[in-house]
Amino acid sequence: METGTETVKKGHAQMLKGGVIMDVVTPEHARIAEDAGACAVMALERVPADIRAQGGVARMSDPDLILAIMDAVTIPVMAKCRIGHFVEAQILEAIGVDYIDESEVLTPADEEHHIDKQAFTVPFVCGCRNLGEALRRIGEGAAMIRTKGEAGTGDVVEAVRHARAVMGEIRRLSTMRPDEQMAYAKEIGAPYHLVQETAALGRMPVVNFAAGGVATPADAAMMMQLGMDGVFVGSGIFKSGNPAKRADAIVKAVTHYTDAKILAEVSKNLGEPMVGIGVTELPQNARLAGRGW
Amino acid sequence: MVKKIGVLALQGDFQEHAAVLRRLGVEAVEVRLPEHLEGLDGIILPGGESTTIGKLAHEYGLLDALRGKADSLPMWGTCGGLVFMAREVGHEQPLLGIMDMLVERNAFGRQVDSFEEDLEIAGIEGGPFHGVFIRAPEVKSVGPNVRVLCRLADGRIVAAQQGRLLVTSFHPELTRDDRLHRYFLGLAASQGGRSVAATPSGAKISPHLPLRNRG
Repeated sequence: METGTETVKKGHAQMLKGGVIMDVVTPEHARIAEDAGACAVMALERVPADIRAQGGVARMSDPDLILAIMDAVTIPVMAKCRIGHFVEAQILEAIGVDYIDESEVLTPADEEHHIDKQAFTVPFVCGCRNLGEALRRIGEGAAMIRTKGEAGTGDVVEAVRHARAVMGEIRRLSTMRPDEQMAYAKEIGAPYHLVQETAALGRMPVVNFAAGGVATPADAAMMMQLGMDGVFVGSGIFKSGNPAKRADAIVKAVTHYTDAKILAEVSKNLGEPMVGIGVTELPQNARLAGRGW
Repeated sequence: MVKKIGVLALQGDFQEHAAVLRRLGVEAVEVRLPEHLEGLDGIILPGGESTTIGKLAHEYGLLDALRGKADSLPMWGTCGGLVFMAREVGHEQPLLGIMDMLVERNAFGRQVDSFEEDLEIAGIEGGPFHGVFIRAPEVKSVGPNVRVLCRLADGRIVAAQQGRLLVTSFHPELTRDDRLHRYFLGLAASQGGRSVAATPSGAKISPHLPLRNRG
């Protein structure tokens, strides 16, 4: 009996496909998310919009809060650690979270190195803005990838930019001759064997979700139509006027993402969306997506 | 002759199942609404979160549609799909309730306990089958019409069959081994007619049995 294999780490993400992973800050939120059909929850002390508003150093959440959320639901529970903070990751593994998000939403602990994720039994998800960044994270052992987008804004524009970048680069790579792949690996700063694997598969070698600014069913369905495997929704649900209804609608939108009649139906009467911040209004140093290397 | 197999595509790894079916030369149809069930020779209920799948199936009319076809349409549930087919799982969530078995969800622990193990499966020739178990469920007990196909070394049930209903708590679609998919296609091709016809006692599991834990 073998645990912590690449197959079970990547395989767990495959079970999340076509689903919505929701940020929650209390056990009660977690139950609302589960009842709405979330395929997993991300346990946090503060959603990204609050981290943004309150400032200061954002760290791993209190393990006691994460454990209370794990007790509240039967679906998988993820938690975030800071980029490069391998001891926060060890702690999260020790309490038994199902996935760790090495996340740019928290304040980075290392401005050069990410965590050696292959050293862990628990699988990791990491953010990316393009294919090179995604394949570097997979090279370090990430078993799942998500776009960074721009968390805590409710503005989907960066998630779209990152999804289009990744999918466009994969399409370009798929048309290359084998003798062009090494130069391409060098150009995007990615491990050669993962460039070869991506070219052969014609897709990201691990499950690839959208994240960072998704706030409506239409946003979620657009990310799916752009080729993402599923959607993370952070502040978009519990910073809105009617979280249960919006969560339910986004879950349905991800399943029926090409059915515009169902999308119209679930978009009705959702109440106030999260207020949001246009990404173009954000100064460069307030943008989280630039964190990670 | 099996031509068309549905894969329930509400959430989970349905694309992985569809890819194996296509490699085997079978048309794979994604099922999200009751009308997508028309003309199928069988359906696979994939891995995923059973609470998510159950909720969406309930709200889009697929719970009743699938229960109504449990006697005529061969079905195979893997992992979350197994949970969804169970009569009882000890947790309040929408279930098909078509397979006479009690199931414990996440019976082996959380993700850090997910594992791989070689299995001997009744009816699968040619050596052990590599089982991939991810937050897997366990079949705790089965009714008289259910045949156990596989147990782990410690006796825990991880594959079973009731007429033309098949369940596995592991994920054949995550391996390169297509023997269980071919076994299911064989079931779908067999002249089982009603799914309970092949069982010895003839006792029928009503798809509309009023059960607790129904959504």
